[in-house]
Amino acid sequence: MKTCLVVDDSSVVRKIARRILEELGFSVVEAEDGEQALELCTKSLPDAILLDWNMPVMDGYDFLGRLRRMPGGETPKVVFCTTENDIDHISRALNAGANEYIMKPFDKEIVAAKFQEVGLIQALSAESA
Amino acid sequence: MNQPDYEFLRKLLRDKSGLDLSADKQYLIESRLLPLARKAGLASISDLVQKLKDGSSTLISQVVEAMTTNETFFFRDKVPFDHFRDVIMPELLKARANRKSIRIWCAACSTGQEPYSLAMSLKEMSGALSGWRVEIVATDLSQEVLEKSKAGLYSQFEVQRGLPIQLLVKYFKQAGELWQINSDVRGMVQHRQLNLLHDFSQLGTFDVVFCRNVLIYFDQDTKINIFGRLAKLMEPDGFLVLGAAETVVGLTDVFKPLADRRGLYRPSGVASTAKAPLPGARVAVGN
Repeated sequence: MKTCLVVDDSSVVRKIARRILEELGFSVVEAEDGEQALELCTKSLPDAILLDWNMPVMDGYDFLGRLRRMPGGETPKVVFCTTENDIDHISRALNAGANEYIMKPFDKEIVAAKFQEVGLIQALSAESA
Repeated sequence: MNQPDYEFLRKLLRDKSGLDLSADKQYLIESRLLPLARKAGLASISDLVQKLKDGSSTLISQVVEAMTTNETFFFRDKVPFDHFRDVIMPELLKARANRKSIRIWCAACSTGQEPYSLAMSLKEMSGALSGWRVEIVATDLSQEVLEKSKAGLYSQFEVQRGLPIQLLVKYFKQAGELWQINSDVRGMVQHRQLNLLHDFSQLGTFDVVFCRNVLIYFDQDTKINIFGRLAKLMEPDGFLVLGAAETVVGLTDVFKPLADRRGLYRPSGVASTAKAPLPGARVAVGN
């Protein structure tokens, strides 16, 4: 089973994300900020990281930079999930090594679409209209 | 919704648009028509049906439009766009090397996600297309969705379903709460209102036709007739792309499926007997 690390300082967002990701077949680990996330990654790298931007202690952008410099840190697919919805933030995130970007609010369809985009899950079965 | 109301709406939709609803699509009618009923100041589907029986032609158009407007998103189903990039375009680049022009038709473009997905795909391969002329003609039954398509404005939800983030950054600009596809991509798409039940031979000849998730609404005879007329306006070595749940198999032999390429078809060379739209072609919405 693939693992996904959810990094967000809001317990509500973590709970929603966990439910969606578990439905998509992931085993979920949670962190409240970048520092906690980094610690977890030092022990074991997840397949995917759903990453908030603004968090206390260490923000998502800072975390991403450090993750990508870790040994093996280039492997996890990182999908930002944030209210920072402008093109400048998105471009910065992509330049720092993010694989995809979700603008909050989000739902299961968006998470599934983005995870499919980066190859974390297979295409959902074809649907008729 | 009671059975007589449902049967009335089924027949109305079949007569006016060719839309062929199976016996169990009550939920679809309710989800699409209840908002419309409310907007018209009516409390229920029954009230709406009564009003339709009184013969309000504006309301009839609105009902047909609401029921035939499809949900869509960028790079919907992904596979057809992989086919476009990996099979269709490489082959046409060879086959049209002298002419250096390609014509593409999106036959039910809805709010524009499909033609713009194709336009972005073409942009991504612009190196190979230097000096080429590629036309995308986007048609739909509904003037309302065509206007939305022309504007190229999408909500945050819409740009997050199927559109890779790199393409959003590259080809869209923020416009307040919305995202607008850049004018050079918009400029690659021509829009026209068109009812597939009517003659469409005036559109000219196409190398590629995307006709996805629209024929499923038509009855069998109408489908066969449309396939026949599509085959006539396509280049003999052109490509037809159907929706994931659609096929020509068992309906017509004017197209043949490509092995291992789901949803992709080519003209078979077999002549169609369909010369014109079915007699008594149903009334177009808005006419």
